[in-house]
Amino acid sequence: MNDRVLQKPLIQATNLFHSFSEGEETVHALRGISLEAHAGEVTAVVGPSGCGKSTLLYLLGLLDRPDHGEIHLEGESVAQASDQRRTFLRNQKLGFVFQFHFLIKELTVCENVALPLRKAGVPLKTATKRATEVLCKLGLEDKCKRFANKLSGGEQQRVAIARALVHSPALLVADEPTGNLDSTNSEKVFELLLKFALGEKIAVILVTHNPELAQKCNRILRMKDGQMIKN
Amino acid sequence: MKSLNLELAWRFVLGRKRAMTMSLLGIVLGISFFVITQAQTSGFEAFFIRTILGTNGAIRISDRFQDMHGTVRSSSKDGRTKFLFNSREGARYTEGIENPVLLRNALDHFPQISGISEILQGNAVLSGTSRSQTVEVHGIDPSEHMMVSDLENQIVQGQLNTFDLQPKSVLLGNRIAQRLLLQVGERITLQGGTGNIQLRIAGIFETGVSQIDKSRVYIHLPIARAFLGKRFSGSIFQLSMFNPKKAPEISAQIQETTSHRVISWQEREQVWLDVFKALRISSAITVSSILLLSGLGIFNVFAIMVIEKTRDIAILRSMGFKPSDASAVFLWQGGIVLTVGIILGTIVGILATYTISKIPLRIRGIFSTDSFMVNWDIAHYAWAILISIVFVSIASLIPARRAAKIEPAKIIRETL
Ligand SMILES: Nc1ncnc2c1ncn2[C@@H]1O[C@H](COP(=O)(O)OP(=O)(O)OP(=O)(O)O)[C@@H](O)[C@H]1O
Ligand SMILES: [Mg+2]
Repeated sequence: MNDRVLQKPLIQATNLFHSFSEGEETVHALRGISLEAHAGEVTAVVGPSGCGKSTLLYLLGLLDRPDHGEIHLEGESVAQASDQRRTFLRNQKLGFVFQFHFLIKELTVCENVALPLRKAGVPLKTATKRATEVLCKLGLEDKCKRFANKLSGGEQQRVAIARALVHSPALLVADEPTGNLDSTNSEKVFELLLKFALGEKIAVILVTHNPELAQKCNRILRMKDGQMIKN
Repeated sequence: MKSLNLELAWRFVLGRKRAMTMSLLGIVLGISFFVITQAQTSGFEAFFIRTILGTNGAIRISDRFQDMHGTVRSSSKDGRTKFLFNSREGARYTEGIENPVLLRNALDHFPQISGISEILQGNAVLSGTSRSQTVEVHGIDPSEHMMVSDLENQIVQGQLNTFDLQPKSVLLGNRIAQRLLLQVGERITLQGGTGNIQLRIAGIFETGVSQIDKSRVYIHLPIARAFLGKRFSGSIFQLSMFNPKKAPEISAQIQETTSHRVISWQEREQVWLDVFKALRISSAITVSSILLLSGLGIFNVFAIMVIEKTRDIAILRSMGFKPSDASAVFLWQGGIVLTVGIILGTIVGILATYTISKIPLRIRGIFSTDSFMVNWDIAHYAWAILISIVFVSIASLIPARRAAKIEPAKIIRETL
């Protein structure tokens, strides 16, 4: 605990508000959320359905902008940064895993995983080598050359995790990464994710509905109605 | 960075082989059809122009009276034709060229002119062994006329040389020879205003212009002068040019400086030239519609594809692809289909044009040919390619712009 306080947080969100307007109605999905996360730390965000977990993750992942509040990523103010800057930061510092794998079916497993590196300008050979390494660590070495749509659900999700981690991001944002998997698979994939993230000193913020999985994380943040509940 | 977008585009194209093949086929058909139809219409047009230049020359100098009244002629007792009258504008007109020597001197000032042939025209009745018919007699100097026409190559029987060497010989249009059952070497009689002359057939020519082939005969100019009773005047000039395209300007200049009626081939054959032009343009428009349709097809394929690929674009955007990268992926796809289409379309166009030029087809009437005429012109290919580029660009631009507008957060939220 002392470590945490001394270390500068990797990401720090202060007083985030976010709302959706649906016709006449306005849904206040987030109402003053603050949190911080450190490198090499896995944070689980839990709470009832509709409490705003996904919304929070998209803000932290720079996919959406808060109505109010500030986000600092490695000390840099990013909530109102330019689209260009945020796009660049997503490529350099962020990794995403979602409930759905979002793999591109026209590409092989290895090509899918190498994409973030290729986008960052890493040469094909180096990117492929690194992608293969990551796939090996996730137990997919024999699936590299296969096309993404020719894999099982668990395998696809592991490929998606490989893609999110291939460029060693500072922060991994995962929204129900094992939501589509059965319990055995779910546990296996989750273990791999944690092991890898900790090994690479990556900060992880994930949403899960599975309390057992949440227990395995370094800490748990509970949400309700767009706000944090004190433990 | 660019090449990554191209790579993705390439994979997306390969992932949709059937739809892309159909789009490709549209472009290939459009380009090759465009090229083929243009090669034909302009091929026939070019051949027609060659025929008329080789038959009646680039420029003809005559007088207004003769042209207005066609074949009506009259000669006075002394052989000098003098039709003098006042036109509405008050100008005086003389039948034929007034002074051929003076006019030749005047024409020396036009370096664009490559040859001058003096022709004396008149009507006569040509009699063979059994039958006879009215013909249009052209008195020419054979060596001079060779310079302004393609007469040498139009001879289908006999020799131009024989005609050149024997003043009392005649060249017949092949339709006349066919009709009167005449052969080279046989004798014929011409009956005209001043009497009869007997001539030997030195050759038979075919211009392909049926009007000429069934009515024209060539005899030597001095013989014609005596026979038609026009000793000094009444002739016309047929001119050839180094660059026949310039004929209208030069005609106007000659008319101005010599006060003779001067007609360029463009003016003379305007009706036919307009027909060819209309044909060329209408076929270009018709065939462009194939390209338009294939453009619509591509638009359709891409529009559906952007919808299908929404998730892929969303995840690409989440990993740092810019909106412009998203549209680039689609523009590249258009570019790939277009490039392959242009290459194949051009190859198919060349092969088909070559094949068509070998198809037998007998045409007589405005020119003479035994196969399809084609014109090889890089401009046809340039136009076809340009039109396909425009259509395909528009067709891929709209879906590409839509791809750029995809908001990753919204799509990811909606995908469960
Ligand atoms: N696009 C939208 N338009 C309107 N309301 C939305 C939209 N997206 C989310 N919401 C609302 O915002 C609130 C928070 O949604 P969010 O997806 O963050 O919940 P969640 O905690 O992730 O729920 P779950 O556990 O079911 O995934 C919900 O009440 C939801 O109905
Ligand atoms: Mg959610």
